Amino acid sequence: MNNFAYTQAASTKEAATVTQSDKHAAFISGGTSLIDLMKSNIEQHSLLVDLNKLSLLGVENSATGLRIGALERMSDVGEHPLVVQNYPVISQSLLASASPQLRNMASMGGNLLQRTRCGYFRDVAFPCNKRVPGSGCPAQDGDNRTLAILGGSTSCIATHASDLCVALVALEAKLTLENAKGATRIVPLADFYKLPGKTPHIENQLQPGELITAITIPAAAHARKSHYLKVRDRASYAYALVSAAVGLDVQGGTIRSARVALGGVGTVPWRVPAVEKALVGKPATEDTFRAAAALAVRDASPREHNKFKIELAQRTIVRALLEVAA
Amino acid sequence: MSSEPQFFDQPGGFVGKPLVRVEGREKVTGKAKYSAEFPLPGLTYGVLATSPIAKGKIQSIDTTAAAKELGVIAVLTHQNLPKLAKTPDSPEGKKATSAPMGFMPLTSDEIFYAGQPVALVVADTLDHAIYAATLVKVNYAPESPIANFHDARAKLFNPAQVQDGKVDGHKRRGDAKTAFASAPIQLTATYTHPIYHHNPMEPGSTTAHWEAPDRLTVYESTQGVTRTQTTLVAMTGLPREQVRVITKYLGGGFGCKGSCWPHTVLTVQAAKAVGRPVQLMLTRKQQFTSMGHREDQSQTLQLGATADGKLTSLIHTKQSTTSPWDEYAESNSKIINLLYACPTFEASYEMARANVMTSTFMRAPGEAPGSFALECSMDDLAARLGVDPIEIRLRNHADHDYSTGQPWSSKSLKQCYARGAELFGWSKRNPKAGQTRDGRYLVGMGMATASYPVHSSQGTARARLYADGHAVVQSGATDLGTGTYTVMTQVAADSLGLPIEKVRFELGDTNLPTAPNSGGSIAAGTVSSSVFMAAQDVWQRLIKIAVGDKKSPLYKAKPEDVTVEKGRLFLKKDPKKGEGYADLMKRADLTDIEGMGRGRYGAGYETGHAASPAGPGNNTESAAEHSMHSFGAHFCEVRVDMDLGIIRVSKWVSVMGAGRILNAQTARSQIIGGAIFGIGSVLMEATERDAKYSRYTNADLANYHVPVNADIPNMTVEFVEEHDPYINAMGVKGIGEISMVGVAAAVANAVYHATGKRLRDLPLTPEKVMMAGVAS
Ligand SMILES: Cc1cc2nc3c(=O)[nH]c(=O)nc-3n(C[C@H](O)[C@H](O)[C@H](O)COP(=O)(O)OP(=O)(O)OC[C@H]3O[C@@H](n4cnc5c(N)ncnc54)[C@H](O)[C@@H]3O)c2cc1C
Ligand code: SF4
Repeated sequence: MNNFAYTQAASTKEAATVTQSDKHAAFISGGTSLIDLMKSNIEQHSLLVDLNKLSLLGVENSATGLRIGALERMSDVGEHPLVVQNYPVISQSLLASASPQLRNMASMGGNLLQRTRCGYFRDVAFPCNKRVPGSGCPAQDGDNRTLAILGGSTSCIATHASDLCVALVALEAKLTLENAKGATRIVPLADFYKLPGKTPHIENQLQPGELITAITIPAAAHARKSHYLKVRDRASYAYALVSAAVGLDVQGGTIRSARVALGGVGTVPWRVPAVEKALVGKPATEDTFRAAAALAVRDASPREHNKFKIELAQRTIVRALLEVAA
Repeated sequence: MSSEPQFFDQPGGFVGKPLVRVEGREKVTGKAKYSAEFPLPGLTYGVLATSPIAKGKIQSIDTTAAAKELGVIAVLTHQNLPKLAKTPDSPEGKKATSAPMGFMPLTSDEIFYAGQPVALVVADTLDHAIYAATLVKVNYAPESPIANFHDARAKLFNPAQVQDGKVDGHKRRGDAKTAFASAPIQLTATYTHPIYHHNPMEPGSTTAHWEAPDRLTVYESTQGVTRTQTTLVAMTGLPREQVRVITKYLGGGFGCKGSCWPHTVLTVQAAKAVGRPVQLMLTRKQQFTSMGHREDQSQTLQLGATADGKLTSLIHTKQSTTSPWDEYAESNSKIINLLYACPTFEASYEMARANVMTSTFMRAPGEAPGSFALECSMDDLAARLGVDPIEIRLRNHADHDYSTGQPWSSKSLKQCYARGAELFGWSKRNPKAGQTRDGRYLVGMGMATASYPVHSSQGTARARLYADGHAVVQSGATDLGTGTYTVMTQVAADSLGLPIEKVRFELGDTNLPTAPNSGGSIAAGTVSSSVFMAAQDVWQRLIKIAVGDKKSPLYKAKPEDVTVEKGRLFLKKDPKKGEGYADLMKRADLTDIEGMGRGRYGAGYETGHAASPAGPGNNTESAAEHSMHSFGAHFCEVRVDMDLGIIRVSKWVSVMGAGRILNAQTARSQIIGGAIFGIGSVLMEATERDAKYSRYTNADLANYHVPVNADIPNMTVEFVEEHDPYINAMGVKGIGEISMVGVAAAVANAVYHATGKRLRDLPLTPEKVMMAGVAS
């Protein structure tokens, strides 16, 4: 870990301005991700701008949807009655993440910007294109069991690690971003992340100094009937091997609308519109689910140790759909 | 001694009771001091810089930037570190230094494994040292490393000995090959498991303080202060009395702290170089490459049996990875040789050198993986013959130790099977595999036999009884966090007839009477026997005083006619005639009286020499008249979600026969701790070493998974009452390791029973379970 300066921002504008003018500065919210990265020398920042005094708070439900302030803690949102009732998939994805201690500290905004758990990325002794552009990707034919089968490139196959994001892309969440000029823009989460391509070090659309201030999720019938299923190496406190966020609106036995996204398999949170399309208009049965789930992995390009994810991803979708349909 | 110590079990006694930890309050209030928590005056902080590559040479090291950094006192490398008196880089050197690995970092420019220390930065604060360590610039000439025995370039060879020279690399009893060839039932199976790491909560840590140019005190996170002292004596060249090692509290060890590793020696040298005390604590990542691990291995077991399931032959081979200098492999074959009544046996080992750190003993070294192979194969045999798994084991019950021909000192295995089956509800088990469903889950029941030797050892303790009714009892043992302080206080209190709060037990210091390493499950038996014997010595001394004291009611009595109960000395034949020790000591003008005791392996209360001093010859396992082992059985129920490949342990029962149990609560904790350790090894634990770089890719606790509470059901533990008159004065066998022996097999057998699939490649992660279902 390097030496760094620390400052507490009094306003979003101040935070954005300070950070924009210093390319080695970084925001810090809960610090559960950032401090880890700095201790492992993966990221070096000369200045940390603390966001915790900002009022980016609130969990508000309206007719149009849910709005969550970026500084809300994962535990508070995960246990919030409005979220539990109306957006169970979000609550479940949060409560299946990390540990209670981490969730108490970690912010919603920080969660969206956590970085991959790829073991090569996490150890500066290895080459890694994401960490050091152009240095190579030992994961391609190394230990890639936990890495992505979708959205990868020959440059990088790192999995996006967030559970929350899987639920959020399924429900078409949007981010509110604010820059140093005080200008805000709204970006669908699905567009926010970038596929690795040849530039795996560029992970999202965030501009220097730009802050995430809020997350909004549109209200929908399929959001109320939603579920998050996470398959992992132990019962709790492990990243997903494969996960599925699903929502269904079933009326009279027929699926009216569906949302399906996968975690643990994609280089970004992976929504599967083809699966959703194949579900709509069909009876909510296991056969329907199975046929639709097969479409999720059509484009999969597995490596040696993660081939199983092709099968496991489909099964996870089917099981999650069975849970909500029950 | 001619009879079992009895008074403990009387009303009001402490031994055996579920007493809470005597040091519990110290720990939860943060007062307990671990080895990196001694703020000595002038303390400095050491941080290691380690090699990114696994093989090659250091071409140059530039320490200028690091040395210039704020607070930096020294940057030590192979170029400027003080030389050691002895290094372990030859077989003789290794023996002399008692080092677990035959190489000492920072002695040359060669790199043998990833994570090898290349520099040690000492600074005034930990933060300064951490940062400066990142500034040490090393140029390497890398070469292509070998990561494991699977590498095409790796050369397998047969070692003469395994387990650090303690076990023969090839063992034969009868003609196992011929017996196998003619056996009506022949089973051959290969079992594999990955690298496992001990990962104690407290990483390795050292505070080294040269109190004078020729006097060294080291606060060390070790399972054995004396063994650490031995290594430091050899490497520093100091006389033994000038090296003091202190370990007041330990945050777990599991074997990785059973030896003195290079980082400790480096810290000692650094302290010498800077002339100030140096504290060094390994990071979690460094822990993975600094204190050994359980080696990655593949074992093949051939089992021959008669048509009714009686074993005729067991042939075991093992392949594993070892380091460039050592020939370490766990001796899996030991338990396979003795667990059942099998007339023939053969075992051999193969290993290949790779660019890895030396592996080392890890909880039940050999017994844990060996029992996985044997107990799964026994389960296969039962399934093959359609016989209940307990029945197949009873048919092969060993009424003596077939590996040595010795009788057992005691064995309660049949009672363990019976009681375990009853507690578990084994009779409800469907004889057919793959038939029991509960909704989505396939339900299975499995069991396995557990066994662990009582290893030879000896130790000493001192008891000082004060006339005012207090006592201090001491032995240089260590408490791994498992309850040594507590159980020894209990034994001391009962032996001295004092209330528990009047006794203080001290340990963890080479200035105290010497005790063995707390490893190999020997501490409880050896140290408790030492404590008991020390108390007996106190009484013998007091009796001598009493019978020579005209004013004593016992004046002129024969010492052998006098006995002691709860602090009162009296005539055996006329209990009214006697007095308390306080009166006696007052008259004799004694503030206190001290006794010494030596607890020894094989010196049980029936053997007649419990009270005699240790002599050469009668202190080794082969010289003993009896084969001494704990036995037990684990029972496991799993629920398997075959679609998603998820195994959940839903019920657990362990029943053990392990001699006298000193504390019902700490003993239960040991058993569930070991069982959970085993469940981790079978379901989730694995250290991944990249095959090209020979470097770990998950060296942290986020990605090296150990069980969390949600993985573990309620566990039932029972001990069968067992009186072993031969093992040691207290009749205590030790339970730290038997707790995990057989656990992996019990789970895997339950998975087999649930699914009808036999999985032999650990850990049983979701994809293996799911794909086993796909294949059918
Ligand atoms: C051991 C462990 C296990 C974990 N397991 C899981 C898991 O199972 N599932 C899961 O989803 N996550 C898991 N996590 C990740 C955890 O959820 C994240 O660390 C956490 O959500 C990050 O939030 P934070 O507020 O602490 O972020 P910080 O560490 O403060 O920041 C993270 C990044 O986001 C930036 N940032 C923070 N807030 C903002 C903002 N408002 N606008 C712009 N940039 C911002 C920071 O500059 C930094 O780059 C785990 C983490 C750990 C350490
Ligand atoms: S997969 Fe991506 S993060 Fe992992 S080593 Fe390759 S480039 Fe780095």
